[in-house]
Amino acid sequence: MSNPSPILDCSSVSIRYMVGDFKNIGLKEWVVRRLTGRYKVAEFWADKDVSFALNHGDMLGIIGTNGAGKSTLLKAIAGIMEPTLGKVVRRGKIAALLELGSGFDGDLTIKENAYLRGAMLGYTRAFMDETYPSIIEFSGLKEFEDRPFKQLSSGMKSRLAFSIASFVKPEILILDEVLSVGDGAFRTKSEAKMREIIKGGATTILVSHSVGQIRALCNKVLWLDKGRQIVFTDDVQGACDSYEAFLRSPPGTYPKFDPAEIAAKRAAAKAEAERQAAERRRQEEERRRKAAEAAAELARLRADSAKLAEVRRILKGGGRVPAGAPAGSASKIVNAK
Amino acid sequence: MKRNFMQNLKKHRFLFEELVKRDFKKKYKRTVLGMWWSMLSPLLMLLVMKVVFEQFFGRTMNHYTTYLFCGLLTFNWFSESTNSGMCSLFANAAIFTKVNVPKYLFLFSVNVQVLINFALTLLVFFVFCALDHVQFTWKFFCLLYPIATLLVFNIGIGMVLSALFIFFRDIDYLWRVFLQLLMYGSAIFYTVEKMSPKVQIAFACNPVYRHIAYFREIVLNGTVPSMETHLTLLGFAVAAFAVGAWMYRHYNTRFLYYV
Repeated sequence: MSNPSPILDCSSVSIRYMVGDFKNIGLKEWVVRRLTGRYKVAEFWADKDVSFALNHGDMLGIIGTNGAGKSTLLKAIAGIMEPTLGKVVRRGKIAALLELGSGFDGDLTIKENAYLRGAMLGYTRAFMDETYPSIIEFSGLKEFEDRPFKQLSSGMKSRLAFSIASFVKPEILILDEVLSVGDGAFRTKSEAKMREIIKGGATTILVSHSVGQIRALCNKVLWLDKGRQIVFTDDVQGACDSYEAFLRSPPGTYPKFDPAEIAAKRAAAKAEAERQAAERRRQEEERRRKAAEAAAELARLRADSAKLAEVRRILKGGGRVPAGAPAGSASKIVNAK
Repeated sequence: MKRNFMQNLKKHRFLFEELVKRDFKKKYKRTVLGMWWSMLSPLLMLLVMKVVFEQFFGRTMNHYTTYLFCGLLTFNWFSESTNSGMCSLFANAAIFTKVNVPKYLFLFSVNVQVLINFALTLLVFFVFCALDHVQFTWKFFCLLYPIATLLVFNIGIGMVLSALFIFFRDIDYLWRVFLQLLMYGSAIFYTVEKMSPKVQIAFACNPVYRHIAYFREIVLNGTVPSMETHLTLLGFAVAAFAVGAWMYRHYNTRFLYYV
């Protein structure tokens, strides 16, 4: 927070889409509808008044359900789109890895596609010549190198895409669901690689539907819902808790971030857990006490039965009950046996 | 702005080269005839036109084949460049909606490919000129001028069309109809000398015809056209390019709403 000018500054960013008779109608239809006054368009705000600022080395997680405006916001940050209102100020080289699998050409080979993609990401030819062996090595697609791209499986496609993209060295890195590509083994590898890039000092923006990933990686969170900014905070755990609570809540619930409430809830839950633990401890003690009592009883009974056996032995040896022995007691012992 | 443009071009040189390569491979990779076909098809068209129209116009004219070829060569370049340029932006929507790259690169790349095609056809044209006993003079170097202006003009029209194509998908076949009209209106296989002055003015306003006429004046008459002609060609090119550039600038960040 000591840096006075943030590396990325979004202030009141709003992005509007038009919907309705807007596209795919063709020129003829457009002219006809304009003339007959049946040309209708409506506005749709994908993002409304979103503001946040990131400093060097920050890792921002963006959470929100589908249609929250996450991808649109990323496009505005990357400069692919211009915000309808508001402003995005970037103070560094930016690399956006959005929907990696698309944008390849099915007819070109893997190698040709790799070079094309590298060029798109702003690599130089020299850099590409130098890095290409590592890229193909990392993707594990060496044997398919000269095959047309369309013959790859979709998992392989995203593996290649990730491998090329993972050599970027930007100051601001935008990741849209790219940490979850490929099979298990590749995912582990890719996450390690991504962490390496992030550790390299890039300011990173991560969109993920895995709240666990956000909790583990990010130090700031932006929560969007239907284009509205619910919260931008560095209380990552609090925001993730609120978000998860919202996901579990019945449809129609208004999403809200309330750290105090969350803290209270958390404290209550903790107290409840403690109470339950104490109860369990008490029950355990009770059980132990009873067990000890039972053991003592058992020992006493065993001693008694030993005594009985002794008495029997004596009786067998003597032939008869000595005079003076109470008749009742002998019969009692027999009963007990 | 201009420096900015040049810097951008330098910065994206690698991407541009890769795009050109891609467009080439995609066009020729899976055809046995490949590049030969794109030279062969104008020749076949030339043959057909010669057979059909020589009866009507060829009797009174020397070098009718060369006359015809001048028209076809120029018109085909214009038509191919604008037709393939029109789709260039839309075809790369998957790229420009993901990566922030200058959008004119796609159109330029297509035009490089079409230009090389034109150059090959031009070589064939010179061979035909030789066979037709056309006198080669130093003035042939003047042909570089209409080639340059037509290249810029093509790119300008291509920018306008590719931008419009994003908004209105049916521009495609409206343009094909227009091209058909233009072909008949560009005096490819007939002459305009005997037409009324009014009609001649209409021809003078047709950029494609003006370029064809320039070619014919050099190749068939051996004379360099007037200064006025040079300025007109330049005017067409600059105007088309300015409109196209304005559209690209104005809609730069708005194209992706439509794809």
